[in-house]
Amino acid sequence: MKILVCISTVPDTTSKINFKDNNTQFDTTAVQFVINPNDEFGLTRAMWFKEKTGASVDVISVGDASVEASLRKALAIGADAAIRIDSIPKDGFSVATEIAAVVQDKNYDLIIAGRESIDYNGGMVPGIIAHLLGYEFINKCTALEIEGSTVKAEREIEGGKEVLSSSLPLVIGGQKGLVEEKDLKIPNMRGIMTARSKPLEVITPQGTAELSTDITFDKPETKSNITMIPADQLDLLINHLHNDAKVI
Amino acid sequence: MSVLAFIESSNGSFKKSDLEVASYAAAVAAASNTDAIALVFNADDCSLLGTYGISKALKVSSEQFNASSYAATIESATTQEAATILVCSSSSNSKYIAPLVAASLNAAYVPNVIALPESETYPRNVFSNKGITHTKVNSERSIIGIALNTFGVHEKPTQINQVAFTLVTSSSKTQSTSTETASDKISIADADIVVSAGRGLKGSENWGMIEELAQVLGAATACSKPVSDMGWRPHSEHVGQTGKPVSCNLYIAIGISGAIQHLAGVSASKTKVVINTDPEAPFFKAADYGIVGDAFVVVPQLIEKFKAFKSENS
Repeated sequence: MKILVCISTVPDTTSKINFKDNNTQFDTTAVQFVINPNDEFGLTRAMWFKEKTGASVDVISVGDASVEASLRKALAIGADAAIRIDSIPKDGFSVATEIAAVVQDKNYDLIIAGRESIDYNGGMVPGIIAHLLGYEFINKCTALEIEGSTVKAEREIEGGKEVLSSSLPLVIGGQKGLVEEKDLKIPNMRGIMTARSKPLEVITPQGTAELSTDITFDKPETKSNITMIPADQLDLLINHLHNDAKVI
Repeated sequence: MSVLAFIESSNGSFKKSDLEVASYAAAVAAASNTDAIALVFNADDCSLLGTYGISKALKVSSEQFNASSYAATIESATTQEAATILVCSSSSNSKYIAPLVAASLNAAYVPNVIALPESETYPRNVFSNKGITHTKVNSERSIIGIALNTFGVHEKPTQINQVAFTLVTSSSKTQSTSTETASDKISIADADIVVSAGRGLKGSENWGMIEELAQVLGAATACSKPVSDMGWRPHSEHVGQTGKPVSCNLYIAIGISGAIQHLAGVSASKTKVVINTDPEAPFFKAADYGIVGDAFVVVPQLIEKFKAFKSENS
């Protein structure tokens, strides 16, 4: 089985988000970048398939040289080869189109991407890749088992889950549940050393037009001051929630 | 041209999120002097949608959800009605289908939209609600996914014409085999009130009072990330940046300190109440009402207070 994991590089979940250049750009000052958490669950699941079934695992990113740190980390965890499409990511549509163009003749059986990146929250890359390649598609995938070409998967729905059957080739939008948080792979020293000699191919983009453009940014309104309620005067809280907030 | 709303319905009835999609589609259509048409799955009577500005309902029935069949049916309706804008919700099904339709129609997909467009840009949540961007559409057609419980429902009584529409079947090998939903519990996405608890509860055995409080309020239960990671509560209850987003009317956080990832995930909720022993807990800076106190003392008293309130006001 040939697996491809799509990796996005995003601000660490603890990052404070600020904008610059007259609110037209995300300010990366003092921001730590990490592998998108939703992609990381998929990457670890891919490693599980590699260990259990001998699958090969490639990783791909769209970005400038700075995203190579994420690709090297994936190689250190155990991926076999990495591809970087040398383009600053614009909208999700162009990212997905670039990835589809590069992988269309590589015959991957399974393509895993996160259900969304936690920066621009587009949530469209896996679905668009699936459509462009004519692959089966399961979004918000929380469990995935593969026997031969038979796929059994689960996806999150409101208030529960749906169990699905599918087949390869397949694209999933992955998230927590594919593996548990405690099972996420961390590179060891030997992995980091071997990663240095693994192939990382840089590909020139075909140059896809973006279908949407983020023009300006701002920050959500900050909360008005909190009203503190003494713990022995809970009637006050009921009163506020009923008469002021009007939520009960 | 027209504006098309994708309305899922659940067992023939409409949820608030469906009516929010209808309201948004109607407002966008009115701004460009055109009609708002709804493609409605599995509902016999769509007259309620007329109340929210829909002038025509295309009624289609499907025995079960199938993403590629639904996507193909939406494309067919888009073509028939010459729709340039498709409006959908942020449900799991909408987020499953929208990218497929976007790829097929070469349409921009703008998700998590929080208000009507201004100067031809759509405001939408990014960075997991830590930022807002204003997105311009460059393509002829677009798909607007609206954030839950943000635009709201707006009545606009309209004469509605209801016609049947044909489901487009699909050769997709991805099929639903079963669904598991807790029928006795309200889901986090559908709930007006969410009662959420964190490590301050000290152990899974102490959730009885959280469930009782939720029951009294008709609320969904939720939890912080550490609680689901430790297995005290199921992953399906984990809310926050890597869990489920919450955008309810009242969010009650008990024993949750308020890590930045948690605050981002719940920030779209309208009113937040925080109960914590630590007056320095970061959540107090992001809440509307705060109580410094021990959950094991405060919550049982709150249950009694809410019970008394409910019996007086029902």
